[in-house]
Amino acid sequence: MPTIDVKELSLTFTTRDGPVHALSNINLSVQAGDFVSLIGPSGCGKTTLLRAIADLEQATSGSLLVNGVSPEEARLQRAYGYVFQAASLYPWRTIAKNIALPLEIMGIGRAEQQKRIKENLALVDLADFGKKYPWQLSGGMQQRASIARALAVEPNLLLMDEPFGALDEIVRDHLNEQLLSLWAKTNKTVVFVTHSIPEAVYLSTHIVVMSPRPGRIHEIITSDLPKDRPLNIRETPEFLALANRVREGLRAGHSEDVPV
Amino acid sequence: MADSITSRRTLEQALLLAAGALAILSALLNLVGGLHLIQLLASVGLVACVGITWKLVPATARWKCGFILFVVSTTAAYILLQPLAPGSEPEVAPHGTHYWLLAISAWLLAWASVEQFASVKTLSKVLTFFLRLLIPILFGAWLLLGWELTTRGLDVPQVLLPAPSVIAERFAMSTDILWADFKQTFLKAVLIGYAMGCGAGFLVALAIDRSPFLQRGLLPIGNLVSALPIVGVAPIMVMWFGFDWPSKAAVVIVMTFFPMLVNTVAGLSASSAMQRDLMQTYAASYWQSLFKLRLPEALPFIFNALKINSTLALIGAIVAEFFGTPIVGMGFRISTEVGRMNVDMVWAEIAVAAVAGSLFYGVLALIERLFTFWHPSMRQ
Repeated sequence: MPTIDVKELSLTFTTRDGPVHALSNINLSVQAGDFVSLIGPSGCGKTTLLRAIADLEQATSGSLLVNGVSPEEARLQRAYGYVFQAASLYPWRTIAKNIALPLEIMGIGRAEQQKRIKENLALVDLADFGKKYPWQLSGGMQQRASIARALAVEPNLLLMDEPFGALDEIVRDHLNEQLLSLWAKTNKTVVFVTHSIPEAVYLSTHIVVMSPRPGRIHEIITSDLPKDRPLNIRETPEFLALANRVREGLRAGHSEDVPV
Repeated sequence: MADSITSRRTLEQALLLAAGALAILSALLNLVGGLHLIQLLASVGLVACVGITWKLVPATARWKCGFILFVVSTTAAYILLQPLAPGSEPEVAPHGTHYWLLAISAWLLAWASVEQFASVKTLSKVLTFFLRLLIPILFGAWLLLGWELTTRGLDVPQVLLPAPSVIAERFAMSTDILWADFKQTFLKAVLIGYAMGCGAGFLVALAIDRSPFLQRGLLPIGNLVSALPIVGVAPIMVMWFGFDWPSKAAVVIVMTFFPMLVNTVAGLSASSAMQRDLMQTYAASYWQSLFKLRLPEALPFIFNALKINSTLALIGAIVAEFFGTPIVGMGFRISTEVGRMNVDMVWAEIAVAAVAGSLFYGVLALIERLFTFWHPSMRQ
């Protein structure tokens, strides 16, 4: 059973200027343990697709199953962890308390909460910062804390919506490396939205190239890079060839774009 | 930086120079116009003080300098007030030009002393706290001294503006009446009405948040109630709830309800879409997201309402007592004592109201700081 199974999915927003076809005829199957990146220009519906998987938007037609059940059931089972573009930590809670937030809502006991806070803070290299408030930390540290918060739920699926988009290149490289080793360690399924080609190629096992108006999948590229990827893999010919394929896919997808 | 230091020094030296010149001029006029010995001594003291501190000002001895300036200027003001105390026999016209020159000179020196204290730089927490108290106290003290010097110097009629000393005397003589009035108006009408009005506003805001029907129906009615004039509401409340404090508390409830309602409603929608989505991904219930996200986010709004209402409640209760009351209460006292031309008693009640209102507000501000330390406006 695939972790995520999307068939003929379409999603239309009704706006004052008429219907907007955000997604049209999406077919996608994500297997357990995959790292799937959704890449494309803005307006191609990559975030909408992720939000539909998370039950934050509802499909207009087609079918979408997460862990074999509807997205709403999956959400109620807390089947996934969602990382937003911004860290979105609550400023009145310390970092540790922010990580405890979903656990409190799920009704998990105190001792277990403490254990998971400790584990996940260590996992994202923030072991000494549990008592700090979010606004006392840098942007990169805040985003790491929000990843720890998503992991604390212990989901087998991680949905990430341009989590490193607002960070500078150096911090971004570092977090990409950490995310990859985290993924290797925990064996989670990840769906990752990005608009950076190197990021998508470096992280993913599958790269979904999307094109806009209406949002659709242009091409799904399977990466043949080894699972163990040091940062300098980005200078190898294999990596560059893959990046080139993604770039051409994006360009081809764009040229189909007929102005309305 | 260097510029601001130089300009401050220039200001301080200008203050000292002006004060010295005025004191000398006052002494000359005093000598010419007929000797008023004690005031002449004050002039000499001020000039001497200018001489001593002139050298200290550019140095770093700000504490010492400020202290000398304060003591001398206040003593001079005290001397100026002395011969005019009731019962003493003025030998020369005490309120001639030299009196005013001397008063201005002393005031300039007091200004210079506050400048000195305000420019003290210290890392010590205790000293910083002490300075933060000291400067407003000095400022306030000199406001009162200026008031006293002016009302006495110009012989302002009591009914227009009594001197602070007269008000203080009246205050000390009538503490029992003031306390009874305070109990009646503040401890009963204001506090009970405030708690009930704010509480009701908060609860109705929660109800409105839960049900769109109430949102359409109740919010406009709340708006209407807030527009009712207090002078119309107060007599009606007296008819409904009797002469004693409950009718005043009812007026306070009417006045405080709406600010709390609108602020809480606004606060509850202050959280961002992303934060609400986050709660959605956790499958949080309405109450969980209310208590863990939306209420904390609404706290700055709620505290704003609490602070606005603290002053509204006091005004409401005092004014409401103008429309029928037992023979006790701050509003009652003010209206009757004005009628009897006992303006000093009116001022004493005003002082009580001002102090009580400020303390009420201050306590709320402290609690706010405790609860919303995380808000960008409170972070240190």
